[in-house]
Amino acid sequence: MVGIRSYGGYVPRYRLNRMVIFGSMGWINPANMLNAQGEKAVANFDEDSVTMAAAAAADCAKGFNRDLIGGVYFASTTASYKERLCANLVAGALAMREDVRTADFGGALKCGTTALISALDGVSAGTANNIVVSAADCRLGTMGSPQELMFGDGAAALMVGDTDIIAEFKGSFSTGHDFVDHFRGSESKYDRQWEERWIRDEGFGKFIPEVISGICDKYGMALSDFAKVIYPCYFGSARKSINKKLGIEPDQVVDSLQAVVGDAGAAQPMLMMVKALEEAKPGDKILLVSYGSGCDALIFEVTDKIHELKPRRGVLGNLNRRADLDNYAKYLTWRRMVTVDTGLRGEEQKWTRWSLMWRAHRTMLSLEGSKCKACGTVQFPPQRICVNPSCGVTDQSEPIVLSEGGGKVASFTSDMLAASINPPAIYGSVNFNLGGRFLFDFTDCTVDDLAVGSPVDLSFRVKYYDALRDITDYFWKAVPVAEGAE
Amino acid sequence: MAEGIRDKVVILGMGCTKFGERWSDAPEDLAVDAFTECLSDAGIEKKEIEAAWLGSHFDEINVGKGGNFLGMALKLPLIPVTRTENFCASGTEAFRGACYGVASGAYDIALALGVEKLKDTGYGGLPDSPAFGQQYAMIGPNATAPGMFAQLATAYSAAYKVPMEKIKEAMAHISWKSHQNGANNPRAHLRKPIPVEQILGAPMIAYPLGLFDCCGVSDGSACAIVTTPKIAKKIKPNQDLVKVKAIQVSVSSGEEALYTDWDGSGMLTTRRASSKAYEEAGIKNPREEISMMEVHDCFSITELATMEDLHISEPGKACDDILDGFYDLNGKIPCQPDGGLKCFGHPIAASGLRMLFEMYNQLLGLWPEERQVKNPKFGLTHNLGGIPNQNVCSIAIVGL
Repeated sequence: MVGIRSYGGYVPRYRLNRMVIFGSMGWINPANMLNAQGEKAVANFDEDSVTMAAAAAADCAKGFNRDLIGGVYFASTTASYKERLCANLVAGALAMREDVRTADFGGALKCGTTALISALDGVSAGTANNIVVSAADCRLGTMGSPQELMFGDGAAALMVGDTDIIAEFKGSFSTGHDFVDHFRGSESKYDRQWEERWIRDEGFGKFIPEVISGICDKYGMALSDFAKVIYPCYFGSARKSINKKLGIEPDQVVDSLQAVVGDAGAAQPMLMMVKALEEAKPGDKILLVSYGSGCDALIFEVTDKIHELKPRRGVLGNLNRRADLDNYAKYLTWRRMVTVDTGLRGEEQKWTRWSLMWRAHRTMLSLEGSKCKACGTVQFPPQRICVNPSCGVTDQSEPIVLSEGGGKVASFTSDMLAASINPPAIYGSVNFNLGGRFLFDFTDCTVDDLAVGSPVDLSFRVKYYDALRDITDYFWKAVPVAEGAE
Repeated sequence: MAEGIRDKVVILGMGCTKFGERWSDAPEDLAVDAFTECLSDAGIEKKEIEAAWLGSHFDEINVGKGGNFLGMALKLPLIPVTRTENFCASGTEAFRGACYGVASGAYDIALALGVEKLKDTGYGGLPDSPAFGQQYAMIGPNATAPGMFAQLATAYSAAYKVPMEKIKEAMAHISWKSHQNGANNPRAHLRKPIPVEQILGAPMIAYPLGLFDCCGVSDGSACAIVTTPKIAKKIKPNQDLVKVKAIQVSVSSGEEALYTDWDGSGMLTTRRASSKAYEEAGIKNPREEISMMEVHDCFSITELATMEDLHISEPGKACDDILDGFYDLNGKIPCQPDGGLKCFGHPIAASGLRMLFEMYNQLLGLWPEERQVKNPKFGLTHNLGGIPNQNVCSIAIVGL
């Protein structure tokens, strides 16, 4: 049996109420009021599609032996690199083996499901197994555009394999259309779109029914066979008319999360799929449809194993982990849409030394330390000579991955002198629960969330952005674990 | 243990510039000023100096690398010049090199000079630099010196269950004291007394350190000429001689940064270096025997923790001693009689020699009455470079 083994989700902590955007930019196009409802999820200043995909992938792979994972497919239209495989960054953050299949998918908003189909095909063919498909997007609309209000940031991941399947793959059907409703050229930062009425009626209104009819015909199924039907569409009115036209009943509908996340691009159908799996029961058939430059449709049937998958953060857990971003200018700053003064200290050059990074990539991407085989002392970064004063043996250590175990705050501060686009810089010493310690930046928090001894998770984040060379550099940061969170 | 250098080396002369924002002075100007005063005080000619050690820290904006700066600025006649760089201990390291040069018998007269020109940086605080190597620069936190030292306070509060309010009060007393002392010192960078309320109400720099918990960033230079007791006696037959009693350095072993036994509330290096220094100087009970100190108060919390690390205040009790006035100018052990890094200023590699300049003048009884420590016997200087979890500590003890 081939299908989904596990799922994971990620929605960034910060949510921007759309009226905050409209309050600043509504003057330029009052009609945007129609889109100014609810809130959108906003990646923190140190998050992007790669870090969100890594977070969703980690949630998905939680509890699985990383050596069993046979590949990572990263899907996004907002990858931080055109050349440099982002899937390798996600795989690195998962501390996986390196003799695995890694690939990036992009170009269209349907690329998440296309990556999923490729993974399913690979497993079906027996050429790969346990592939984590992680889709993320962090798309930008220009200031005052409808897209700025509609888009939200998020990620979702599915692990595809042939054992312990929670949702069996039953088949797929795809279309490809050069229907340019949205596009970005190779140099563009911001989304451009054609007239909304055309997108709604000729795009969503025609292609969603087309692909659903196509897959139902192909596999001899009717829409009433499905417990849930998932398709992205940020137009509320279009959803209603598509549902009516196809006969999709209210209990089959999966919420688009438009009011709490926004249109998360390549991650959108995947996020909805994760949410459906969180609520699914054995026997449920799920129809998963994506949209963008054509459509993919996939059929899954939930199995008894769904109850054996240990709870994870998924979509619901992430939605509960939230904080208001009540400042539109801060959003613009985080997304580098405006230039702010971080002082002359902020102009000091960051050097990314690629030969060093390759040499230390297990340290930097996988948060891999060393564990002394003689005395058991864990050390980060890895040390050749054991630091334990009563041990001190040389070259007798083995690698140990420290990212999953979390840690506790040993000391902390909140620094107004350090240059940052999100001051104050909060950082301190963290003792890993598995042993060892390191000085980390803290993120997704204020200094009031910290106390000596309080628990933290480790999160893969953007460490810095070098604008001169267009380098996004990644490392781990510590995130306080909210009270009551699992 | 080796017998050490106690009483083998004498400070023949010293010089020190005014520290501060010396916008119009190049590092060469600062070095020449300190050297000229020092040479005159030593009562020798330049050609009698056989070897020199130069302390400087920030390559980025200061005097560059190597020993050439000193040879060329002072026109030293092709003698050996060795540059010492060991964070904030760079000046004391230059002094240690010169003292060892003399104590070993290799040279009769040696020069140690520390200089730092920080105010060409262009922004407040110390220059950003990859101080711990390229890998750390890429993965270490987005940190500054105040933020790294501020963590001493959160860790100290947790380790000794001392409420942050009490720590803040003790830190404010430390800064208040340094401002009182600095106000009396014409060479100090900051010369204004500041009331405790203003210190406590100052803007936060790095929690829990406010503006007045942070030392001045300054330009400056300080200098010493050292020789043997025999030669010194010949040159200065009619005065007391300030002898070097001990110089010790301790460098982090990774125990603090990597091994979780260290609780972050104080410096292991200072504890070791001070124990070794007392041993070398023959001091049994530092709380009773040390007459005065200049310690590395880069931040008020550093001074607080250092009082315990020097084995003078009991662990967890520094706040009580500080608030009791034990370290005030009229207290049992005056600490920072010249205003300290806080107010005299902190041109990194000049600071160790500046502290010795203060001890030297105090021991010789050369200061005006209002800031002269009464009958001092031993003076201790202390530098702490780097950050609490990976640092360099130097301790020097000088006496009559």
